[in-house]
Amino acid sequence: MTKRDYSLLGPDGARAVATGLAAAEWYHTEVPRKEMKALMQRSDAPAIRDTLLLYGLMIAFAGIGIYLWPSWYSAPFWLAYGVLYGSASDSRWHECGHGTAFKTPWMNNVVFEIASFMIMRNSATWRWSHARHHTDTYIVGRDPEIAIMRPVVFAKVIAGFFGLPDVAAFLPRMLYNAFVGVHPTEKTFVPESEWPKVVRVARISTAIYGATIALALGMGSILPLMVIGLPRLYGAWHHVMTGLLQHGGLADNVIDHRLNSRTVYMNPVSRFIYWNMNYHVEHHMFPMVPYHALPRLHAAIKHDLPAPNTSIAQAFGEMWPALRRQLASEDYFLKRSLPATAKPYREDFHLAALGAAATAAE
Amino acid sequence: MTQWIDACATDDIDAEDLIRFDHAGATYAIYHAPDGKFYATAGKCTHEEVHLADGLVMDYVIECPKHNGQFDYRTGEAKRAPVCINLKTYPVKVEGARVFIQVS
Ligand code: FES
Repeated sequence: MTKRDYSLLGPDGARAVATGLAAAEWYHTEVPRKEMKALMQRSDAPAIRDTLLLYGLMIAFAGIGIYLWPSWYSAPFWLAYGVLYGSASDSRWHECGHGTAFKTPWMNNVVFEIASFMIMRNSATWRWSHARHHTDTYIVGRDPEIAIMRPVVFAKVIAGFFGLPDVAAFLPRMLYNAFVGVHPTEKTFVPESEWPKVVRVARISTAIYGATIALALGMGSILPLMVIGLPRLYGAWHHVMTGLLQHGGLADNVIDHRLNSRTVYMNPVSRFIYWNMNYHVEHHMFPMVPYHALPRLHAAIKHDLPAPNTSIAQAFGEMWPALRRQLASEDYFLKRSLPATAKPYREDFHLAALGAAATAAE
Repeated sequence: MTQWIDACATDDIDAEDLIRFDHAGATYAIYHAPDGKFYATAGKCTHEEVHLADGLVMDYVIECPKHNGQFDYRTGEAKRAPVCINLKTYPVKVEGARVFIQVS
């Protein structure tokens, strides 16, 4: 059994670079150029509609929550507000970070900054970490965004549903960035020219949280924190639920997104919150395709992909036992079969990357 | 020494699109702008070793297919993170129905 070292400065990352696993050429389903061009086309209209709806709902839910405060009748409105603040911000951060949500660049940037603040990610740092996640998806020691590290610590995963590990990591790092500077790990993927921005963003966030806490102390109430900050905890569950499914239980150290990413059919509310990132294999294969075109991309390439999971519950039913098996054997992973119409996995290539586990776990 | 290389026919590239062109061990991207003009740049993104030919041309910008970095392909200027380094550009001329690029 191989022990994994997820540190970006550790031996697994160095080995991935030495073996050519890092920054490798990944498998892509063939899509005719004309069709792909049509899928990649940008448009402001869908994201403007969704953004107005999102922010409109947030204002309405928070407004009713404040009006009913401190009655328990306010609770459902806080829960709804929390999911939009602490979970929908994850997908807005993601899509606008790619620059594909809107056609107009400043709109992407504005929503990206707001979403980064709400999801508690330094917008300057995370733009780069996500680029690395796309270069080296689920490559141990290279990908800084691996949600489930093997062997899984279930207590940490469950705490994640309440945002606790993320917030516990974010706050000290925000203060470090604001008062000390860029962290050595961040220096491995954030170019030096961006370091001043990392510090500036951290200082702005520190000032906003400082003002919110001061207001709460002044009012003798946690109400200001119910609006800013705490929803990142009480509303995180949805983005954690969908995020774990992206790669959990699947192969690591491979260069075919069909092996390491999961597409899940979801209900329309979850798809609005998640902005269609349930089409995750498709997104990783073609990050140029905006969220609103992912269902069309899925239809165009599904003949070459493993069958999607049919629901969130069914996907968890598949992933959770796999995570448990990884407690006993870190190398175990789920290898889903491809339809007869698909190009086969490059066994030769992945055997080199995975060793005997590639076939043993089938 | 510089030389003009016959790269492609004008109708090999749709308007607002690009193609890959390889010559003498080097790779280039050749663009057909919406105003009908042609441009040429280095073929690979300056962020990582990814060819731009699968990217998206929007007006005068090429977006890289890997991380959505953007360049103005007329000047090579890096326009959007994660690209920070400008792209090399090459002179282009059209003679008849052929597109030529000047390489050294
Ligand atoms: S390789 Fe082009 S933006 Fe990253």
